[in-house]
Amino acid sequence: MGKPIANRPFGDGLMSHAAATVASATGSEGNDAHHDSGFWRKYIFSTDHKVIGIQYGLTSLTFLLLGFLLMTLMRWQLAYPGEPIPLLGPVLEKVLGQGMAFKGIMSPDLYNSFGAMHGTIMVFLAIVPLAFGAFGNYVVPLQIGAPDMAFPRLNMASYWVYFMGGVIMLVSFFIPGGAAKSGWTSYSPLATIADMGHRVDGQTLWLIGMVLLITSSLLGSVNFIATIIQLRAPGMTWMRMPFFVWAQLVTAFLLLLAFPPLEAAGLMQLMDNLFDTSFFLPTGLVVSGNPLAVSGGGSPLLWQHLFWFLAHPEVYVLILPAMGIVAEVIANNTRKPLFGYKSLVYSAMAIGFLSFIVWAHHMYLTGMGTKISTFFQTTTMMISIPSVIIVTTLFISLWGGSIRFTTPMLFALAFLPMFGIGGLTGLPLGFNATDIQLHDTYYVIGHFHYVVAPGTIFAIFAGIYYWFPKITGRHMSEFWGKVHFALSFVFMNLVFAPMFLQGLEGMHRRMYDGGATYAAAGGIEGLSQFALKLNVSISHAAWLLGWAQVPFIINLFWSIWKGRKVESDNPWEATTLEWATPTPPPHGNFASPPTAHRGPYEYSQSPAPNGFTPQNEPA
Amino acid sequence: MSSAAMEIPYSVEPRPDTGLYNGKVGIWLFLASEVMLFGALFSSYIMLRVGSDAWPVHMLNVPIGTLNTTVLITSSITVVLAWAALKLKEFNKFRLYMGLTVVLALTFAIIKSFEYRSKFVHYAVEYTHNGQVIEATGHIEGSPWNWSLKTLQNPDHPIESIVFHPDAAGHGHPGEGATIHAGEHEAVTIATKDIHKLESFGPWHHTYLAIYFTLTGLHALHVLGGAAVLAWFWITGPAMWRTDPERLTNRVEVTGLFWHFVDLVWIFLFPVLYLL
Ligand code: HEM
Ligand SMILES: [Cu+2]
Repeated sequence: MGKPIANRPFGDGLMSHAAATVASATGSEGNDAHHDSGFWRKYIFSTDHKVIGIQYGLTSLTFLLLGFLLMTLMRWQLAYPGEPIPLLGPVLEKVLGQGMAFKGIMSPDLYNSFGAMHGTIMVFLAIVPLAFGAFGNYVVPLQIGAPDMAFPRLNMASYWVYFMGGVIMLVSFFIPGGAAKSGWTSYSPLATIADMGHRVDGQTLWLIGMVLLITSSLLGSVNFIATIIQLRAPGMTWMRMPFFVWAQLVTAFLLLLAFPPLEAAGLMQLMDNLFDTSFFLPTGLVVSGNPLAVSGGGSPLLWQHLFWFLAHPEVYVLILPAMGIVAEVIANNTRKPLFGYKSLVYSAMAIGFLSFIVWAHHMYLTGMGTKISTFFQTTTMMISIPSVIIVTTLFISLWGGSIRFTTPMLFALAFLPMFGIGGLTGLPLGFNATDIQLHDTYYVIGHFHYVVAPGTIFAIFAGIYYWFPKITGRHMSEFWGKVHFALSFVFMNLVFAPMFLQGLEGMHRRMYDGGATYAAAGGIEGLSQFALKLNVSISHAAWLLGWAQVPFIINLFWSIWKGRKVESDNPWEATTLEWATPTPPPHGNFASPPTAHRGPYEYSQSPAPNGFTPQNEPA
Repeated sequence: MSSAAMEIPYSVEPRPDTGLYNGKVGIWLFLASEVMLFGALFSSYIMLRVGSDAWPVHMLNVPIGTLNTTVLITSSITVVLAWAALKLKEFNKFRLYMGLTVVLALTFAIIKSFEYRSKFVHYAVEYTHNGQVIEATGHIEGSPWNWSLKTLQNPDHPIESIVFHPDAAGHGHPGEGATIHAGEHEAVTIATKDIHKLESFGPWHHTYLAIYFTLTGLHALHVLGGAAVLAWFWITGPAMWRTDPERLTNRVEVTGLFWHFVDLVWIFLFPVLYLL
């Protein structure tokens, strides 16, 4: 995995070309660090934040692919309900059993499992570990000028606990009854009664997996915050930190404080599943005509409150690191300071704070009461203000820049309108009057996917193309990067834009046949044929979107070994400290401890055209 | 990876501008997250209690709870004394106080386990007697552990009847509005075929017990985890005291902070679950 990268002796020939602006001595110190450490310690059980970042990155990219694959299969069922899945249908039947995919046709149970696991994998095993675990781990210590994380061994533990959580989630597909079936939100009582026949069911493993993932993110977030507070290089004052670091800091606080309530909820649901308690089971629950033999007295709403208390901050965990990446890439490629750095920082803090008091906007239709709804409607409108400030600030940063349209920049530029669409479509969801129509429809699916897919995932691509030269010492192919970008951009929109229309027609988000039954009903309550046809076009666009990732995957691996070598340690002529390290940075990072002498984005401020002054350049 | 080439700054000495060493920042952050964890459970307790028709009170043994509270508070004092002893470079005192802390922690756990046990030998039964349905709480002769109707009907070892000792009035389970069998405290023999329902006072019996076991169970795990770490320092302390006394002192301080938190959680748990 990381082998070809780290096998290259640190500070080899590349160093002699080091840019004059970069104060990096020889990498000999780094070499020492590796003398007595074997393969396992170096690549598998490493405590180096960079290796851990790469481990997180490769693992979560794999999960991203898997989550995507599940969805492509579901899209077949939505476009062509009840028809056997070509090619993969028989494989599913073999691997998961006849009950799941008889003659290659996806069963309702399998559809439910795939839906739940798609969401779970994408959110908890792919995007968060990519945006936070991978980028945060690799870049944050470098950008603040630290030799490593404050607690390197905890860092390693965090990765391995995450890995185990992922394995448990995967194993759950193969146990009797199959994986969890109640959506990534796991609402009770559905989640508890879905596989009542099995004592240890998919939901049980889901909960155990989640407890591990929460533990991992706890270890990670403590580490990030401690690192940023304690290990900033001399001169790296709070307001000199790159925005990316701020974004990661706020993210870490969200993970630290929002995840534990879900852990509590998870433990309680686990008790409901394994020990027949009734935390979330109301009195008088009747399942398939039989009264459930439990004590009752629990509250399904309690689960939703605890879940969304995590899950709303969680959506900002998904987006803040993405905003951080985009800010770095934009500053670097417009060759000018970010507009309103301080507003960015304060907005990120405001988002962090407010995101703890908006959760119940996911619950307007639960009957929790109009007073409560009004409160959460108000806070939801409040939180959209800092979100808009961030996007606007980044847009204005483009003004008057001499923009370099590199691949990372293209992704970063696309992020802005895509996130814009995602955020703006959130407003009608935030008003409880309009949400009555839109709740639980494809409109909601369109809304959050615009934020997360062409939003966060594009930012992640931007980050990969941007930091790849630092990680490997080689560039990824610009040409194939642009092909990847153009195709992804088109297909992303073809997938998600039509969902708004379907949702406005009232298409429910969790229908096994994509709404065909309702279209047949006709009349006012029926879905139009148009909405159904969109199912087909969306599915085809989704499959093409999958193929559009092939150039990326090939480019990624090909460039590790064969990409164009970087000419200097700072190929993008960037200002932040991660570029002041040898390439790739050795264990311990900096050849000599750096000092920050200025703010993070001093572009176009020296006499030379396109001039830039790195943060560690003395005044 | 060999750490010789790389030292993490401020892992022992405090950073001048924050005045903290890394471990201390870490533990405070960790405790913040723990507050959220237990906070969520306490909030759940409130929501469940407010939403319930009948909430049992005084179901736990207050003297035992008080005793355990005292044990835990004492251990909080000894852990501070252990840390102070290190600061004063009196290592033998450290060993004494640290040992005491571990012993007190284990005492707490042992007392708690007896309390748990008493719930699993306490039963609610519902049966027909002379055509009348009777609900009662009490003990089964021989104090069997966690029986249910299934245990009685086990085809391999069927049990024909049980001898049941009902609780004194008002001692049962108010939530169930227990009807006490005529003749009160006297033992009754109940045939298995007359029993509709038999369950111990485990977490499944009532939401109150569910939250009781979850909260105290999670707390007990914290006690055991903390005790394990403290015991580890007691064992490895002498070696570390010779090589790296500062680091040992820091570690004891940080674990001590955790221990105080565990104590603090109990100080909330005790009134909420035992008294209110
Ligand atoms: C900027 C302003 C935003 C507003 C006003 C907003 C509002 C809402 C509301 C009210 C819902 C609930 C809709 C319903 O279930 O009926 C919702 C759902 C959702 N939002 Fe947003 N949102 C915003 C931004 C974001 C961002 C930045 C993300 C993620 C990166 C996000 C991710 C989600 C997700 C994942 C759901 C669906 C959860 C589910 O039911 O499965 N939103 N949004
Ligand atoms: Cu939300």
